[in-house]
Amino acid sequence: MKILVAVKRVIDYNVKVRVKADKTNVDLANVKMAMNPFCEIAVEEAVRLKEKGVASEIIVISIGAKQCQEQIRTALALGADRGIHIETEGTPDSLSVAKLLAKVVAEEQPGLVILGKQAIDSDNNQTGQMLAALLDRPQATFASEVVVAADKVSVKREIDGGLQTIEVDLPAIITADLRLNEPRYASLPNIMKAKRKPLDVKTPEELGVVLSNNITLVSVEPPADRKAGIKVSSVAELVDKLKNEAKVLS
Amino acid sequence: MDFELNEDQIAFSDMARAFAQKEMEPHAAKWDQEQIFPVDVLQKAGELGFCGLYSPEDVGGLGLGRLDSSIIFEQLAMGCTSTTAFITIHNMATWMIADFSNEETRQHWCPDLTAGQKLASYCLTEPNAGSDAASLKTTARKEGDSYVLNGSKIFISGAGATDVLVVMARTGEDGPKGISAFAIDAKAAGISYGRKEEKMGWNSQPTRLITFEDAKIPASCLMGNEGDGFKIAMMGLDGGRINIATCSIGTAQAALNHAIQYMGERKQFGRTLENFQALQFKIATMNTELVAARQMVRLAASKLDHKHADRSTYCAMAKRFATDVGFNVCDEALQIFGGYGYIKEYPLERYVRDSRVHRILEGTNEIMNVIIARRLLLKDAADIL
Repeated sequence: MKILVAVKRVIDYNVKVRVKADKTNVDLANVKMAMNPFCEIAVEEAVRLKEKGVASEIIVISIGAKQCQEQIRTALALGADRGIHIETEGTPDSLSVAKLLAKVVAEEQPGLVILGKQAIDSDNNQTGQMLAALLDRPQATFASEVVVAADKVSVKREIDGGLQTIEVDLPAIITADLRLNEPRYASLPNIMKAKRKPLDVKTPEELGVVLSNNITLVSVEPPADRKAGIKVSSVAELVDKLKNEAKVLS
Repeated sequence: MDFELNEDQIAFSDMARAFAQKEMEPHAAKWDQEQIFPVDVLQKAGELGFCGLYSPEDVGGLGLGRLDSSIIFEQLAMGCTSTTAFITIHNMATWMIADFSNEETRQHWCPDLTAGQKLASYCLTEPNAGSDAASLKTTARKEGDSYVLNGSKIFISGAGATDVLVVMARTGEDGPKGISAFAIDAKAAGISYGRKEEKMGWNSQPTRLITFEDAKIPASCLMGNEGDGFKIAMMGLDGGRINIATCSIGTAQAALNHAIQYMGERKQFGRTLENFQALQFKIATMNTELVAARQMVRLAASKLDHKHADRSTYCAMAKRFATDVGFNVCDEALQIFGGYGYIKEYPLERYVRDSRVHRILEGTNEIMNVIIARRLLLKDAADIL
């Protein structure tokens, strides 16, 4: 079974995010970029499935500017077999990404598509679901455990109330949640070997997809600064404030 | 000429940074205070390739250059100076065995050393032979198919916890030409280890005196030919100096990062520290000197990669400059932290203690000046550009 994993290039999670002065976007000039952490978890899961003999080939795909190839190389160093880069200008919206992925799925016919549940930059949490809808395939989102058995996959999902286990038919779409696994480090020899793995570059035109532009980014603002706290003089005062001011106690 | 990191170097340093942040930095204070030698982390580092960076590929090394290695070590040093310094020493000793030993010895030790499953120590300094290393007194007497060693080595990093020792011992006349190098099983009969030294820093690696009393070793332990030992020791140290200089750079960068962050948080006289120009100028100077030092280390590493005729001089200049600058940056960062810099709740005092020794070992900075001046005063030699 082939597995297709989609990865996104985002601002590194360690970086303190700064908003541009004109509020048009987050300032990405001279900022460290990395693979979206949820995508890294998706790659790790695919690699584990290959190590278990469930998957035969892992294809990693990224969509965006040329620099996305860095993240594809990272995934190749982690254990993916080959890469596909769909070169676009700017960052397409979730639906465009899902349409592009759907075309690649039609070409490659993977048994599983694994994505991160969302990207830490735009936080949309849409692409996996949209892809499943476009392909009319079952989806298992927010996965915290994945077990493939014959033509089905059982997925433990992280939902508000706790954990929910569902079983879906293959081929299917899975989106990875935080606790699905802990990604490994790419070893230095594997980083070197990743350079020799194949990486195809395609364009949306070649895939016959016209990128939609349904969403306009109007304004980006930083969250309000955290205000300084106050000192309470007694436990009684604290309880009073928790009850009457913060209203977290009743 | 291009001063930018290439794609590989970016990928290497990203991985090294992630490893340092997750596997080293959270434990560095504990390793320091409880004097823990983190062998498990060294093994993990070995699995990822950090233990044989510039050793050849036929014995499991990565065959990288010294410049690539410096870029990687710098990231590791940001997580734990002392542990990274040991990793660099291990890399140096492993490379020496891989490059200068016979095939039997290489294949016996190096695959495990490059994988981090076994560890190596470098043994040059003696109680009475420090800066004047060529005056060393440990002897290796040829007896049939063996050498018999007598003498002692002091301040040996990792001693007592490592598996193989690279030992410089005298097989002939006085002076450098009578010295030979050996790769010796650390557990061989006749080798004993002194108590663990109590040190100012570098506490995550044990340092001990090693005594050889009629320690009989196979003649195949000899590295190169008899009399090559001092040359081999110095070739190891060229890279060793870049490594130690790199550890200073990484540590100083970590210290500076902490100081800058602290200046944004700490308020005195109603303003955060970043509003005081005296401190602004201080971090401006720290960063400027740190960048200069880093470039000098990378320049020396590149000279070594290209086997430049003056590589030893460049390595000496880089070691002298980067370890002095690195220490000063750590000290200034501690100063910005004020009293908080002096207590162990923050890493600043550890950075100062750990980086202090870099000005002493792998040749003191005074000896670096001797090496540099000797080259400058060579008659009719080309300029150092």
